Amino acid sequence: MQLHALALVHLAIALLLAPILLGLVNRTKAKFAGRRGQPVMQTWYDLAKLLHKDEVRSRTTTPVFGLGPVVGLAAAAIAAALVPMAGGPAIVAFPGDLVLVAYLFGLARFFTVGAALDTGSAFEGMGASREVLFSALAEPALFLGLAVVGRRTGSFSLTSMLGAVDTGLWTRAAPELALAAIALGIVLLAENARIPVDDPNTHLELTMIHEVMVLDHSGPSLAAIEYGSALKLWVLGSVLVGIAVPVRTGSPWVDGGAFLAGMAVLAIAIGIVESTMARLRLVRVPQLLVSAGGLAAIALVLTFR
Amino acid sequence: MTSLLVSLGVVCSGGMAAAIVRRPRAATVLGAGSAMLGSVLGALGAARAVIGAPVEALEFSWGDFGRISIAIDPLSAFFLLPIFVLSGVAALYGAEYLKPRDGASGANGSPGLHWLSFNLLCASMALVVVARDAVLFLVAWESMALASFFLVTRENDRRAVRDAGWLYLAATHVGTAFLFPLFLILSHEAHTTDFSAFPAAAAALQGSSGVLFLLALVGFGTKAGILPLHIWLPEAHPAAPSHVSAVMSGVMIKTGIYGLVRMLTFLGPPQEWWGWALVALGCASGVGGVLFALAQHDLKRLLAYHSVENIGIILLGIGLGILGVATHVPALAVLGFAGGLLHVVNHALFKGLLFLGAGSVLHAVGSGEIDRMGGLLKRMPWTGVAFLVGAVAICGLPPLNGFASEFLVYAGAFGGAGSPTNAVSIPALAALVGLALIGGLAAACFAKAFGVVFLGEPREELASHPHDPGLPMRLSMALLAGACALVALLAPWIVQAMAPAVSDASGLDADLVAGQLAAPSRWLGLIVGAVAALVALVLALIAWRARLLAGRIATTGTWDCGYARPTARMQYTASSFAQPITAFFGPFLRTRAHAVRTAGYFPPGASHATETPDVASERVFAPILFATKQALARLHWMQQGGVHLYVLYLAVTLLVLLVWKL
Repeated sequence: MQLHALALVHLAIALLLAPILLGLVNRTKAKFAGRRGQPVMQTWYDLAKLLHKDEVRSRTTTPVFGLGPVVGLAAAAIAAALVPMAGGPAIVAFPGDLVLVAYLFGLARFFTVGAALDTGSAFEGMGASREVLFSALAEPALFLGLAVVGRRTGSFSLTSMLGAVDTGLWTRAAPELALAAIALGIVLLAENARIPVDDPNTHLELTMIHEVMVLDHSGPSLAAIEYGSALKLWVLGSVLVGIAVPVRTGSPWVDGGAFLAGMAVLAIAIGIVESTMARLRLVRVPQLLVSAGGLAAIALVLTFR
Repeated sequence: MTSLLVSLGVVCSGGMAAAIVRRPRAATVLGAGSAMLGSVLGALGAARAVIGAPVEALEFSWGDFGRISIAIDPLSAFFLLPIFVLSGVAALYGAEYLKPRDGASGANGSPGLHWLSFNLLCASMALVVVARDAVLFLVAWESMALASFFLVTRENDRRAVRDAGWLYLAATHVGTAFLFPLFLILSHEAHTTDFSAFPAAAAALQGSSGVLFLLALVGFGTKAGILPLHIWLPEAHPAAPSHVSAVMSGVMIKTGIYGLVRMLTFLGPPQEWWGWALVALGCASGVGGVLFALAQHDLKRLLAYHSVENIGIILLGIGLGILGVATHVPALAVLGFAGGLLHVVNHALFKGLLFLGAGSVLHAVGSGEIDRMGGLLKRMPWTGVAFLVGAVAICGLPPLNGFASEFLVYAGAFGGAGSPTNAVSIPALAALVGLALIGGLAAACFAKAFGVVFLGEPREELASHPHDPGLPMRLSMALLAGACALVALLAPWIVQAMAPAVSDASGLDADLVAGQLAAPSRWLGLIVGAVAALVALVLALIAWRARLLAGRIATTGTWDCGYARPTARMQYTASSFAQPITAFFGPFLRTRAHAVRTAGYFPPGASHATETPDVASERVFAPILFATKQALARLHWMQQGGVHLYVLYLAVTLLVLLVWKL
């Protein structure tokens, strides 16, 4: 298992560009709303500002509250090292590494939920309760969607799986890959607290999911949360783009360029979805996630052809 | 072998001495001390045998009734090790747990009898996994059931405890009733009760090996707690003292898994449908167990349902392993069996830890009702941290041991899902979906259990000031928490050391298994590396944040969206936390709500209570038992209560039998 220099470059790109992805989403939403919008680098500015702030903590809380943000960021960073981009190698790859990625996010969620319950706030408990249901339903859809790609590429390590998704595979297996990509897209929106599952900009705590769980965090801890969620969007996005953009020429410049263009399109697509759709009623969200699982299951049935 | 015999001798004689001495203190010292000493000795011996020390056997006859025949092969040793480790730690915990507390009733019998039963339970569990003779096996099996019955019913002044005890006794005997025909058929064919003759007998009975498999599945599955045979677990575990729950849930139910695996080694080449059956039952037990756990309000009942869930994960592993053997895919067979067996050990460690933590909470708060608790982490930091470790481990989350075994099963399922054979890929995909759903729901359940019990503020004013238990209880929790971390850290080597046990269980050649385990061991090594990086990163981030802040942390009340006077009663409760999930799965769970709604402009008060009785016992067993009772009621006229009549019945029966035989 040699360490690829390219993988390190990819990790650095992920760490640098992940916040910019959020900027792109917000920029798209602003354009739709007829505003000029914030700079694309705004998330980086916010992070820098937050790092210089003090923190306020509730006297109810225990050290678990402080663990939530750092575990979330650390897990997302390690996951970023495990997920390849542009069909290239990840820093570490082994069959089943996708399970480790999913469970790292599970660990982050466990501690985020713990930190939310640690404040003793009814609102945060509410958000935590919704988060655990939606993520439990998203997990089967995620694994089923990846199993589709795994069955078609004959491999279950993210690096060899995504590396094998080329135009040839798409011509042979377009329907199931497209269905799996749609399922993974829904999972991506749900896992990253995006419309139609959750609204990152809503003003009413009662209707939030992810944002309300982190209400009590401030300063550097909030920066860790923001950066962690940007990384999570990048990581899940690079899996989706890895499937949806089958440019595998072997040249890191061409493949990387196509990948980055794919990520930009993904961010713009999220922005468009957020601008044109309303958030679903909370009771409808499980149905959406179960249908994502259903789509992935149909895709799987197609792989039995 | 010597260490096992010495250990059994120490444990049994210590238990008997504890029953004889009159001073409670001396009884505790003798009973718990001998259990600990015996466990250390036994565990050392078992550890040597796991890694493939030559199989040692011992045999002598006890007249016409059978022979004592025991042997420690790697598979036996693999189950012996957790039995001894957890029994020893639980004995240490129990030594303090049983001490009479202020305000508690001391009418629960002397500790001497408790330790006699406890030590007999340890010894008989050990005997079950080393017995090589059907009669000896059943004797050990039965004494295990009886010893644990007396342990469960220790607090028998409470009606709930008595009911739980009877249910357990009935359930375990129903299970045993399926084992008797199983062993009778095999012994009849083999003309001996010796296990070594059973494979040949099973081969001769090739046509009915499916029947034998089903008998073993029901008989051993009742002990293991496979859905829907699990109904005794959620009653017995909360009723028993906590260290007993830990032993019963952590290792005693695993003797059911041992029995099933041992029986598979007799039955020869498995059929594909066995694997499908186990995968289906594994999914049902796993998802069903965790869903019912989510709906519970009592901490120990919740943990009991999680035993059903984890048995499900173990079955998924073994089922995939059987499929691998049946379809000649050694990679799948090895991953499945290794994952299932490693999960046996892991579950013993973290479930033992969680029950001990729950026991400390019960001790401190005096109630197991989750919705009344809160904020215990500040008041009982040792217990809280131990419970957190157990919770992360049982959810199968990366830094701890639960992930290692679940990963192996996942890897097997993903590998099987890619198989071109539909008979493998479809169950493997089912296992994949099941595992994913179980993982997500288990995390939800333990977020609820840990979050509501230990975080936030106390939801009710607690009568006493809860505080951490004394040194023995703290030490035993710390030992198990350390073991969880250690197994996670050493997983790559442990998996390789499991090769002889996996080879025994799967019937595959030892060298082949060792070769197949090399790759998973390498993956686990990479996982350990990634996890080490994660832990280092977390620590670095904490240090960096502390430097950035350097004392600039202001403390205030929780930001409750501007509400100025929040109270602890406004916190989210465990029931509310789980409500979206229980509502979503409502058609399956059938939760009942008893609500008094508000009415009018000045409502006097409202209340809402829910209960989720077990679907299996309500919908399956209650109708069957009721119908049986109705049918047998016609024979009620025979039950007169006069002994002379009963003697007459006996005589008539004997006469009829005699005539029939003539």
